[in-house]
Amino acid sequence: MVKNVESRSTVKASKGQLSFGKVWPYEKAPESTDHFTIADRYGLFIDGEFVAPKSKEYFATSNPATEQPLAEIAHANDADVALAVQAAKRAAPAWRALSGEDRARYLYRIARILLERSREFACLETLDNGKPIRETRDVDVPLAAQHFFYHAGWADKLDLVYPGATALGVVGQVIPWNFPLLMAAWKIAPALATGNTVVLKPAESSPLSALRLCEVFQAAGLPRGVVNVITGDGRTGAALVQHKDLNKVAFTGSTEVGKQIQRSVAGRNVELTLELGGKAAHVVFEDAAMDQAIEGVVRGIFFNQGHVCCAGSRLLVQESVHDLFVEKLLLRMQRIRVGDPMDKNTDMGAIHSKEQLTRICELVSAGEREGATLHQADCQLPSKGYWFRPSVFTNVALSHRIAREEIFGPVLTVMTFRTPEEAVEKANNTSYGLSAGIWTDKGARILWLAERLRAGVVWNNTFNRFDPAAPFGGFQESGFGREGGRQGLRAYLKVPFALSPG
Amino acid sequence: MTLPVKKTYKLFVGGKFPRSESARSYQPSETKHIHVTRGSRKDLRDAVLAARIGQKAWSSSSAYLRGQILYRLAEMLETRSAALCEELAQSGVTKANAKREVLASIALAIWYAGLPDKLQSLLGSQNAVQGPFFSFSTIEPSGVVGVIAPETPSLLGMLALCLPVLVSGNAVVALCSESAPCASLALGEVFATSDFPGGTINLLAGLRSELAIHFASHRDIDGLLVAGKPDALITQAAADNVKRVRYCDLPAAAFRDVSRLRSLHWVEPFVEVKTLWHPVAQ
Repeated sequence: MVKNVESRSTVKASKGQLSFGKVWPYEKAPESTDHFTIADRYGLFIDGEFVAPKSKEYFATSNPATEQPLAEIAHANDADVALAVQAAKRAAPAWRALSGEDRARYLYRIARILLERSREFACLETLDNGKPIRETRDVDVPLAAQHFFYHAGWADKLDLVYPGATALGVVGQVIPWNFPLLMAAWKIAPALATGNTVVLKPAESSPLSALRLCEVFQAAGLPRGVVNVITGDGRTGAALVQHKDLNKVAFTGSTEVGKQIQRSVAGRNVELTLELGGKAAHVVFEDAAMDQAIEGVVRGIFFNQGHVCCAGSRLLVQESVHDLFVEKLLLRMQRIRVGDPMDKNTDMGAIHSKEQLTRICELVSAGEREGATLHQADCQLPSKGYWFRPSVFTNVALSHRIAREEIFGPVLTVMTFRTPEEAVEKANNTSYGLSAGIWTDKGARILWLAERLRAGVVWNNTFNRFDPAAPFGGFQESGFGREGGRQGLRAYLKVPFALSPG
Repeated sequence: MTLPVKKTYKLFVGGKFPRSESARSYQPSETKHIHVTRGSRKDLRDAVLAARIGQKAWSSSSAYLRGQILYRLAEMLETRSAALCEELAQSGVTKANAKREVLASIALAIWYAGLPDKLQSLLGSQNAVQGPFFSFSTIEPSGVVGVIAPETPSLLGMLALCLPVLVSGNAVVALCSESAPCASLALGEVFATSDFPGGTINLLAGLRSELAIHFASHRDIDGLLVAGKPDALITQAAADNVKRVRYCDLPAAAFRDVSRLRSLHWVEPFVEVKTLWHPVAQ
C-alpha cells in the first residue's frame, strides 16, 4: 500500500491570511547538472582503486524523485568484504606510523578538494537521495568538508588530550541513506585523524556520493587501502561487521540493526559505537517566541523530509497555547514547497525510497486508526517518484504508535502538557534518547529542563544544528559513543589502562 | 564466658539488609563454615527498582556533596578496617594482605572523593561552533549500572569497579565475589553509614552463573561492568536495551597497584555527554 493518505483536514488559509495558492506558482529554478557525469557502472573502491566485485553482481541506484535509475552499483559479497578488510589491514601499520602532521595534511587536502567540487557533490547527493538541493548545497556538503578540516587539526594534537593513545587498527563503518556524504565524513574523518584505516559501507540506496568521495581520496593522494568503500545491502553490512579482523565498528542506523550489531561483535574485543534512532521531544512553553518556535518546529520535523534520526517528531506544546500554536503551525506547513529536489526553491524533496514511503504510510494509517487527527498540506505532488505530504497529527495519546515509534518521515505528532514536570515526564517517556528541543523565553527554565531530559543533544530556542566541534550522540537505546568534538575522538583510540569493550 | 554473637550475611538493597526473597543460602567456597544469603533474579529486580530511586537522589546531589559522601566512605572504611580485615581473613586472605587490601581501598575512596566536582571540567567542553550559537557539553550519569565484581580481591575489587561508576552519579547494583562474599557484603554496612541515599548502591550475593545473565538482560539496567574476560553471551543479552558494556580483565595481582585503578577511563564508559545549543542574540 504505497499511497498518500488522503488528507482528512486539508489546511486552508484562514481569515486575514494572504494566500496566492496555485494562482501565482513559483517560477522553476532547477540546478543544472551539465557540469558533472555519472558513470553507468561503479565498482568497489578497494586498495586505492575501483575494482569489479568478485560477486559479479550489480544493482541499480535510482533517483527517488523520478524513479529513474542513475547507475549500476557493485554488490560486495563475503569475498569482496574480505579483500577490503585485508587492504585496510595492510595499510594500517604505515598509516598509523605516519606522523600526525602528515595525516593532518591528507585530511586538509580532502577537505579542500571536497569544497572545490562542492556543487558537483550537492547535485549528485540530491539526485541519489531526493533531498532538496538547498540542503545538500548549504548543509550536507559544507558540513562534510568542515568535518575533514576539523579532524585534520586533531591528527597532530591527540597527545594533548589522550597521552599515550594509539590507533585501534581497522574500523568497519556502516552508514545510512539519510545523509550519505555527511555520514561518510562523520565516520571517516575521525578514524583517519586518529590513525585508523577504514572499510566503509554506504547504504545501498544512496552510494554515489561515497563512491565519488573515493575520487577525492585518490586526488588527495591518500595512501592505498587507508579508506575502502564497499557497496551492497544489509548482507554486505553484516559480512563487514562480522569480519574477524576489525578492531572497531561504527554504525549509524536503526536501533533494531544496532542491537543486532552489538550482538554480532559480542565477545570479540571490538570497540563499538552506535548512533541509532530517536523520537525527539520538542517542548514549546507558552512564553516562547511563537513565530520563531514555529520555524524551529518546522525545521525540526520537515528538514530532510523528516529522514533525520534526531528529528523533533514529538511536539509537546503547553496547553494554554496549543490551539493558537497548532493553527499557526498548520498555516506554516501549507507554505512548504514540496517538489523537485533539484529546484532551488524546494523546501521538501522526495521520500528516499518506496520502502520508506510504505513504512510512513503504514504508521500514518495506524495513527488514524488509533484515533489521532491527521492534518496534511494541500500541495501538488509530482506524478512520478515517492512523495509524502507534510503532515501533523493532533489529538495524539502517548500510547499511540505514532507517538512511540520512529516514523522517519515528515510526520509530526502533537501532544500537550501543563507543568514543566509533566513536560519532563512525557518527553522522557521513550526508550530513545537522541535529541530534544526546548522553546521558552526563560533561561533558568531551559537549564532546568535540559538537565532533566534524557537526550544527547538539546537544542534550546533552535533546532537541528550540527557542528564537528559539538559532540553528537544518544542516551539509552539511541546508542552510545559520541561523534564530533574532543569526546568523539575517544571511540577511535586505544588508551592505556582502559576497560575492555564487550 | 559470653557466647559471641554471630553475623548473618544478608543482601544490601535500598539501604536495608534483606534476606533473599528465595530464602536460599549457599556456602562460599572460601568460607565453607558460613552460609550466605543467595540472591535470586527477583532480588535483582528489587535491587534495580531501589537503584532507580537511589539514582535520582544521588545524581541530583551536588558534586560537592557527592565528594563529601565518598570521603565519608573513606572515613567509615578506616574506622571499620579491623572488622574488614577479619572478614577478609575468614576467606583465607593473610593478615598482611588483608591489611594492605583495606588500606588500598581507603586510598581509592579518597581519590574518588575528590573527583565528582572535577568531572565536568575534565570530560565536558565548550564547543566552538559556527554561527551565533553558544554550545557546551556536560556529562551525566548513564543511570543504573550493574557491576559483577571480581572473585579476588573481593573487597578492593568490588570498590575498584563500583567507585568509577558511582562517582558520576550512577547507581549501582553489584554482585559480590561468589567465593568470598563476606568482606564485600560487609561493605554494605560501610555504605549504609556513609550518607549515600538509599538505593545508590545495592549488593547482592549469589551464584555468578545464575545471576550474571539476568544483569545483562534486565531492561532497566543502563550499563554493565563485568570483571573478567569479555563474554559473548553477556554482551549479547545486554544488547536488548543497548547497554553500555565494559569488562575489567585485570588479574588479581594487578589490583595491588592502586595507581592502576585510578583512571578516568573507567569513569568514561558510564557517563553520557549531553550537548546543549542556544542562540546568541541581542
